[in-house]
Order: sequence, then structure tokens, then C-alpha cells
Amino acid sequence: MMANGMIYLMLKLEEIEKLAKLARLEIPAEEKETLRKEVGEILEYLGQIQKLSPKEPPKEAGLVRNVFRDDREPHPSGEFTEALLANAPDKEDGYIKVKKIL
Amino acid sequence: MIDLKTLTIRKAHEHLKKGDFSARELAENYLAEIEKKNPELNAYLEVFGDVLEQAGAADEKIKNGGGGVLLGIPFATKDNILIKGRRAGAASKILEGYVATYDATVIKKLKEAGAIFLGRANMDEFAMGSSTENSSYGVTKNPHDETRVAGGSSGGSAAAVAADLALAALGSDTGGSIRQPASFCGLVGLKPTYGAVSRFGLMAMGSSLDQIGPLAKTVGDAEIIFNAIRGQDSMDSTTISEKTYSVENLPKKFVIGVPRDFLGEGVDKKVLENFEAGLKKLQQTGAEIRDIELPNIKYSLPVYYIIMPAEISSNLARFDGVKFGAKISGANLLEDYMKTRGQLFGKEACRRIIIGTYVLSAGYYDAYYNRAVAVRKLIADDFKKVFASGVHAIATPTTPSPAFKIGEKTSDPLQMYLADIFTVTANITGLPAISIPSGFAASVDKQLPLGFQLQAPRAREDILFEIGKKFEKI
Repeated sequence: MMANGMIYLMLKLEEIEKLAKLARLEIPAEEKETLRKEVGEILEYLGQIQKLSPKEPPKEAGLVRNVFRDDREPHPSGEFTEALLANAPDKEDGYIKVKKIL
Repeated sequence: MIDLKTLTIRKAHEHLKKGDFSARELAENYLAEIEKKNPELNAYLEVFGDVLEQAGAADEKIKNGGGGVLLGIPFATKDNILIKGRRAGAASKILEGYVATYDATVIKKLKEAGAIFLGRANMDEFAMGSSTENSSYGVTKNPHDETRVAGGSSGGSAAAVAADLALAALGSDTGGSIRQPASFCGLVGLKPTYGAVSRFGLMAMGSSLDQIGPLAKTVGDAEIIFNAIRGQDSMDSTTISEKTYSVENLPKKFVIGVPRDFLGEGVDKKVLENFEAGLKKLQQTGAEIRDIELPNIKYSLPVYYIIMPAEISSNLARFDGVKFGAKISGANLLEDYMKTRGQLFGKEACRRIIIGTYVLSAGYYDAYYNRAVAVRKLIADDFKKVFASGVHAIATPTTPSPAFKIGEKTSDPLQMYLADIFTVTANITGLPAISIPSGFAASVDKQLPLGFQLQAPRAREDILFEIGKKFEKI
């Protein structure tokens, strides 16, 4: 997909379909062409960062470092189950219910 | 009747303490305004049913002589911040019916301070947008001109405060979502240093960019709220402590840097004139204005619009119709996911998820995401260099134009993105930034507010408040 060092940006409809499938989005047929055009234009605009010298600065750990809290003082088992399950669209006997996958 | 127009948190606190009016009377005044104006403005998605009980509890505490400056102060909160037992939806249909099961840390802190929650404010769906036109529940109108947008994504929060439907509000800012609507509605908006305020209980959009912050009528009010909600939190590992960054005393004379090269193209003439007038004001306060160079700042917007959708595509994966919110059923589990997400996410959310998926996919990852991360570092280094050279704050306009017309940019997403040109840099770099009202641009028959933006080194909100207060006085 590279031409003259720039990314070639005419997205194909099949690419939009593939991305939508990867992202688990069912896009209505009549919206795919608009999406292809808009995403293509946006990606072309974003592509301007390719113009910058390709030499990348060395990666480093960020200034803000990740800090984990201690894993202790657990809450009593089941304390939040009811409140959390109340938000699930489908449930049964204290479990979230989904369609079988096998 | 209480004069809400001129009321600030500080003044309201004095009146409550002296007994000029009660928290209940104050809340009633705001509820009356909401009833009158909200049907037209659409600032609130929901007004809570227990406002007067909350106010009654505050009055009890005031009577007993307790409480600080936020006791009894009525707030609007953005719909992506969780309050236990109340609906929260990020203005998205996919969260229809969702009830928060815990308090966000900022809410916990405001509750402890005795603040009153009036209702949840409208926003662009999942905070994606610059106009509140991406809300699933209709646009929020600008109180200064109802044919124009209030800005976004915290447009409901901004319109609520500007129209006296709340004394102050919380918003979230991923690329300007507090500062831009504050600017469009004539308010002060603060995006704190990355990590200054806990995001526990904020629905994540771009996790390396998001911050919660205040929208208020004065710099002093914004400072009061910031001090109430800031602080390290074991529930958000990115929060910083007071020791994370070294903080020196405030300088006697401020040096304000201006990146001139960045201020030409695409910026409204009235905005530029107003900005120059703002710089003159700062000079009158004794500040030195210095031209600076930020060579890579022109790449800020593309960098932002790569990193942000990449993080969105990952953060929004949790909305699948299984654990919470609404669900559209299909023939099998995969179809459940596809239909729920495809039909209940709005157009902008779908667009950004697709872009994020693209820039993270094999074959494009290096050209887009990795490159953007590298350029992000270059931009942050540019800012660091400028601050190291003795500059205390960097000034730009907040937005390239005053509030635009409803519908003006909805058919061209890229044009909408360009509205964020001056605000995204603070999120990319993690710097604190404030937008301060700087006057008006005259349209045909309306006065449209404009904003003046200042960015400071990490953890130096104090510099923004200090300069901001001087700016306000002139």
C-alpha cells in the first residue's frame, strides 16, 4: 500500500467491511460508502505525520509511572453481585446469560 | 429571588453562612431556572428528583456550623461521571437503562464537601465531539445565541452554568472538551495536569488523555473545585502525588510565551484581534510577552486524532450488550455484539472505532500509531524546552472561532476536528490548561464569547490561577 513513501489512502469498501467486522460493528449497507469516504479523508489528513523525519526518538518509560495498589482487604464475596447483575440485559440464577458459542 | 447572574461559589458560601438564604432556597432558584430554560437549551438530560432533600441535608450541616465552601453549592455533572444509584449514560443509547453502582472519586469528594447534584448534563456521545451534536438526545444550545452550539463535548455542563441552571459544573477533557465549551459559553474551564484528578468512575475515552475538571464563572471558583477534587487515588494508578513533580514558588514577574507561527492559518480575524488584546492585558499586569517556537506543534492535531481513536477502539470494546446497558438480540452471540454495537453506537463513535481499528491494525500500526506516539514525544519535548528557557505559561486562543451554527459542521467530520487545534496540545503533553473569558465577537445581532488559553508546566495549576485572576481583573 505504500507509494512514494506515502500511504495510499483510497480505502476500498471491503476494507471498511473488514474493519467493521473486527470491531464488531454491523454497519447498514447504505452507510458504508459515506463511512469509506469520510474515513479515507480523515486518514489522509492524519497521514501528514509521515512527512516528519522517519527517524523515531528512542522509546522510554513515561514520566507518569504506573503504580499498582496492594491487593488486600477484599470485599465480602457477593457484596456487589446483585447491583451489578441488575444492569445486565440477560441473567439467570445470579449469572449473566449469553447465547452458547459452541 | 436570588440574583443568580452575579453569584459565585465564594459569594454563595458567604450568603449561606450569614443566613441570607438557605441551601434549599438556592436550589429552588436553580430548579426554577431549569424548568424555565432547559426545555429550549437541553443542557440537562435528567434533573434529579431529590435535589431539595440534598439541600435540606446541607442546611442541617450549615445550621450546625460545619462544612466548607462547597457545602450547599449546586452542581451539574457530565453524564459520563458515575453517581451511585443514578442513571449514567454518556449520552449514548448503548447505555440506556444503566444505573451506576458506585460513586466516581470526584463525586465522593464533592459529596463529602456537601455539594448538591442538580442533574446530569448533556454531552457528545462518549465525549466524542466538539458541539454536543453527537448526543443521542439532541443538541445543547448556546445560551448566548440559541442558533449556535454550546461546544463540546461538555456542552451541557457549559450551557447549564452559563444560563444559571447550575452554579458550577464538572466536565471531562480529552482534547478540549472542557475548555472549548467554556470558551463558547463565556466561562472558565480547567483541564488539570494529567493525573491530578482521579478518573475512577469516569467512563474512559482516551485513557492517556482524559482528565476531569471544573467549568465555573470565575478563576477563583474553578480553583475551589479543583482543590476539592484533586489528589492521589488508589483506584486510579495514573494519579500523581504532591511529590511527583517539583513545584517552585510563583515568580514575581511572569513570562508568557506565544507560538506566533501557529496562530495564522484558519483562525478567525476577530479571534486573533481578541487574542492580541488579551496579550496587552497581560502586559498591563507586568508580564513579559515573548515569542516562542514549538516546531512540532503543527502535528498535534493529527497525533491526537490517531492516538485518541486508537484508545477509543479499545475502551469502547466493553460495550457489547452483555454486562450492562441495552442489547439488540441476534441469531447468535456474534450477532448480538454486531447488532448491539452497530445499531446503538452513534455515527461518530462508529467512525472513531473504525479509525482506531485501522491505525492499530497490522500493516498500519507503525505508519500511524507508532509514529504518532513518537511525534507526541517530540511535541512534549518542545514544550519542555520552552518552559526550561524561563517561560512560565504559553498563551493561545482557546478556539479558532467563536461558537459555530448548529449543523454547520455536522456533514464534515474533519472540519469539526479542526475546532480542537489549540486545545489538544495540553492533552497530548499532559500539561494543565485553562480557558478564561476574554471578551466577545459581535455576530449579526449577538455577542459571542471568546476564550484565552494558558498552558503551564505539569502540576503548575497555581500559575494558571494566578495569571488568570490578574487577567480577570482588567
